[in-house]
Amino acid sequence: MREVAVIGIGMTKWGECWQKSLRDLFVEASLRAMDDAGLSQIESLYVGCMSGGLFNGQEHVGPLMADYLGAGPIPAVRVESACASGGVAFRQAYMEVASGMSDIVLAGGVEKMTDVDGSEATYALGTAADQEYESFHGITFPGLYALIAKVYMKKYGITNQDLASVAVKNHAHGVKNPNAQFQRAITVEEVLQSSMVADPLHLLDCSPITDGAAAVILCPMEKAKSLSKKKPVKILGSGHATDSIALHDRKQLEVFASATIAAKKAFSQAKIGIESVNLVEVHDCFSIAEICALESMGFFAPGQAGKAASQGLTALGGKLPVNVSGGLKSKGHPVGATGIAQIIELVEQLRGEAGQRQVANARIGLAQNMGGTAASSVVHILEAC
Amino acid sequence: MFPAKIWREFPQRYRLEAAKCKKCGKVFFPPRLVCNACSHREFEEIKLPWEGTLVSYTIIRTPPSAFSDQAPYAVGIIETIPGLQITCQIVDADLDKLHIGQKLLLEFRLIQKDGKQGVLCYGYKAVPIDAHNS
Repeated sequence: MREVAVIGIGMTKWGECWQKSLRDLFVEASLRAMDDAGLSQIESLYVGCMSGGLFNGQEHVGPLMADYLGAGPIPAVRVESACASGGVAFRQAYMEVASGMSDIVLAGGVEKMTDVDGSEATYALGTAADQEYESFHGITFPGLYALIAKVYMKKYGITNQDLASVAVKNHAHGVKNPNAQFQRAITVEEVLQSSMVADPLHLLDCSPITDGAAAVILCPMEKAKSLSKKKPVKILGSGHATDSIALHDRKQLEVFASATIAAKKAFSQAKIGIESVNLVEVHDCFSIAEICALESMGFFAPGQAGKAASQGLTALGGKLPVNVSGGLKSKGHPVGATGIAQIIELVEQLRGEAGQRQVANARIGLAQNMGGTAASSVVHILEAC
Repeated sequence: MFPAKIWREFPQRYRLEAAKCKKCGKVFFPPRLVCNACSHREFEEIKLPWEGTLVSYTIIRTPPSAFSDQAPYAVGIIETIPGLQITCQIVDADLDKLHIGQKLLLEFRLIQKDGKQGVLCYGYKAVPIDAHNS
């Protein structure tokens, strides 16, 4: 297997992009990634997109994007793994380059979520759960994560303030990210006073509905320097795992076994220990999700991540900076694009180009992207070269 | 929703029919074709009890489209027999008094109405035991 580098990154400004369509967003991000790498051609394309069908009435998104990117007749495919679609698209591109099948591959992600109203978006996102035995009964994604939060809070004694601190911390990071949907600081009081979505999760515990796209270019490490002037960032490890589709089929609701296994695989391939990681992007679709993901991957012992944000451990400048991009919470969560944007944040940090968000001396970064209630998790470890 | 999509789930939703692995004894709801614990493919049909214990719960205040006329409503994960949990609504309950560990009865109730086909979808909902007695 060949070593693989990321040599180009690009994303759109995320938010409510009324002027832009699904294809506009994806092509804009892709062109930026190609310009960043200094390349005009790609050999293959992966598009992470959870539900072009339900959000836009558009399936067959792979060829649509290859066409509008002016890249036809290259192979192009949509990758769907709910909110992990982007991370899995990145892994597919990685495997294609590592295998020797192609040299220059674009992995992107996109979701155009504001073409439907809130209840339709809630329905579309709910299809990532078990349609017949969860969604059928009226549970929503905030609801499923609320079930996790209730159990965690009772077991470990954390408070609503501790949960809110995760959102407050990620918004503080997002202020420094020009592509973030909400470049606005919030307070614990604001979180607790925001409307209740699914007890105990308030509106500001939840990631938003977002339009946006993100794209990266991968190539073999050995060709990175000849293909691009950009400082390559090396993919050290990649892990992907699944778990039961229904949350109720888990013995411990607060443990994301898919994240545990995906991280273990990625670390095993990378041949490094968890202590070597300088920064982490985790899938904070809800405040509780960041806590459980960090513990499940082994960054904190069970019960210890619950107060990490309150204690400042996971803030920029803290012991382990988590979601310095602003996370899904502040940067936004166009579901298919999220996993790619996590990779972009790591690449900017490892190139030393993250500006006000720069983690000092960042050498190794980890991204964890998940779908559903962690029915799938994908973990990547990247290293500065 | 096409009627067959509803109809084929009747054994589970109307009668709580589950499948018990003939080799290792693990119970699945809904039934499966292969056991995820021992890979065995033969099962015995059993029925889950119409009662259970609340494992976790939430109050849905921002519902999906099909439930917009029901919010706020409670949904919980309920353990019916040891190791087997299901998700359903909790109704006829004082939402402020719900608690983990609470004993609940399951009842046959209307779950949702499908707008396009006009199909009434029935299934199980949980009710606190004290509400049932009163």
